[in-house]
Amino acid sequence: MTDTPILEVVGLRKTYPVTQDGQRTDFVAVDDVSFSVQQGSSLAIVGESGSGKSTIAKLLVGLERVTAGTILIDGQDRTAKPRGARARRQRGSDIQIVFQDPYTSLDRRQTVEAALAEAVRLHSNLNRDQVARRVTELAEMVGLDQRQAEARPIALSGGQRQRVAIARALAAEPRVLILDESVAALDVSIQAQILNLLADIREATGVTYLLISHDLAVVRQLTRDAIVMRRGLVVEAGSTVSVLDHPQEAYTRRLRDSVPRPGWDPHQISREGAIATADNPNTATKESHR
Amino acid sequence: MSILAVQSASPEPVEMPTSSAGRRHRVGVGTWIALGILVFFMLVALFGPLLVSTDPSSISLMDSFGPPQPGHPLGFDGEGRDLFARLVYGARSSMLGPILVVLISTLLGGSIALSAAWIGGAYDAVVARVIDALFAFPGLLLAILAVSLVGPGLLAASIALSIGYTPYVARIIRSAALQERSLPYVSALTVQGLGGTSVVLRHILPNVSGIIVAAATLSYGYALIDLAALSFIGLGVQPPASDWGVMVANGIPGLLQGYPQASLYASACIVLVVGAVNFLGDRLTEAAEGGR
Repeated sequence: MTDTPILEVVGLRKTYPVTQDGQRTDFVAVDDVSFSVQQGSSLAIVGESGSGKSTIAKLLVGLERVTAGTILIDGQDRTAKPRGARARRQRGSDIQIVFQDPYTSLDRRQTVEAALAEAVRLHSNLNRDQVARRVTELAEMVGLDQRQAEARPIALSGGQRQRVAIARALAAEPRVLILDESVAALDVSIQAQILNLLADIREATGVTYLLISHDLAVVRQLTRDAIVMRRGLVVEAGSTVSVLDHPQEAYTRRLRDSVPRPGWDPHQISREGAIATADNPNTATKESHR
Repeated sequence: MSILAVQSASPEPVEMPTSSAGRRHRVGVGTWIALGILVFFMLVALFGPLLVSTDPSSISLMDSFGPPQPGHPLGFDGEGRDLFARLVYGARSSMLGPILVVLISTLLGGSIALSAAWIGGAYDAVVARVIDALFAFPGLLLAILAVSLVGPGLLAASIALSIGYTPYVARIIRSAALQERSLPYVSALTVQGLGGTSVVLRHILPNVSGIIVAAATLSYGYALIDLAALSFIGLGVQPPASDWGVMVANGIPGLLQGYPQASLYASACIVLVVGAVNFLGDRLTEAAEGGR
């Protein structure tokens, strides 16, 4: 592992104009977020809904423009809009993303093969036979058989569709793959299969994962480092194990305690949460022992 | 194993048979009848004049309002012209004229709508406002304006009508394209590095094509009525050339004298075709929306 980070984010900020009580103000979705990820490593961004974690994903892939701050991939800045088709494709092979909803993330008129071939052609100059071979290779990598590869999305289950989305992202041979709640819409047994698949893919390709999730079990299984976000701010950062096992922040402890388990009392957590948010975090959540 | 937080999964769509025909909606009897009517009149419009040897313009005052007789299955109008021949020849301008309107308005409206939906921002806002403003002008009024500038005739009227129909088509396609654009697969393609033109032409356009075909079908029916109306008031097809709208107008004196055939037959043709087209348009709209 080298020392240069593959992905480095410095002072990232994103605001949206909103009108509140007739006054125009800026809603701060992401505020002064900085982190870096080493090549082949993995980072989780954890937080509740609305904490700004998905906004970060959109900023990283260029679906939204940053208000302030820089995003560096392998030292290359990508905060400005890409100029020209080549720059666009280059960005595509830097970072790819797998979205949450497997039902709408594929073009319903396109067969799996056609979707993969389109992505392969975009990022290579292969001839027809080579494209077909690469498509087969990608389909096999994510565990789709020939019949599924020839099918349209409507004939596939949620898990199978998410495999297609992963294969399409990998077609660009990205350095970083963002998984934006990518397994959240799948049921638990399928979720486990996809997580295993992702672990295998990382071993085979050395791709760097950026996992965005509210699901701490998934985070624990797939990532080495984690940052915890709340209301657009990073409240805690460190290795996944230490963040989840020995959280320093009351908010992280609450997130962890919010995972259902035997003896779990959601009312108590929200009561304690209310005290914690009243600027008195030390008396708030009791350290829970496993 | 720790318990995984379960988020509400998106509902499984109703699984449909996966054979290629399985995605089609069940085609009802009404659809077949409507399609049959439309195809029949289209064939008449295209080939009828080649098969009917009677001259639709030859006047024989001896036969004024004459009843049907061998070789003249529908009888004669006030000037003694063969009604059957006039209907068949009239089908040509009445049926084919609206096609021009549909082609131009769909092409124009489609390009405006797709570019607005893709580019978004200020451009889309302006397009949306202009579309709303143009809705205030009935297509027929624009057509009358054009005729008053260039003189009577089908071509100028059709082009003006096309422009009048463009906002209607553009609005439908724009809203469908906006909905399509918001789907994550479009974001995924953008992240891949696919250019806007490719995304729109290769992905968004095919996915809204059902809506486009449905809108075009419905506007064909409206255009047929509007063009017939123009001919009726004497601004479209000029007599003695035959057209259903012209026939309805020419039949008015007969109507008053107790010989309604000319107006009746021509009106019946218009009603049949427009009814069939509207029925098909509705079915196509349902199918297109159901497939989304």
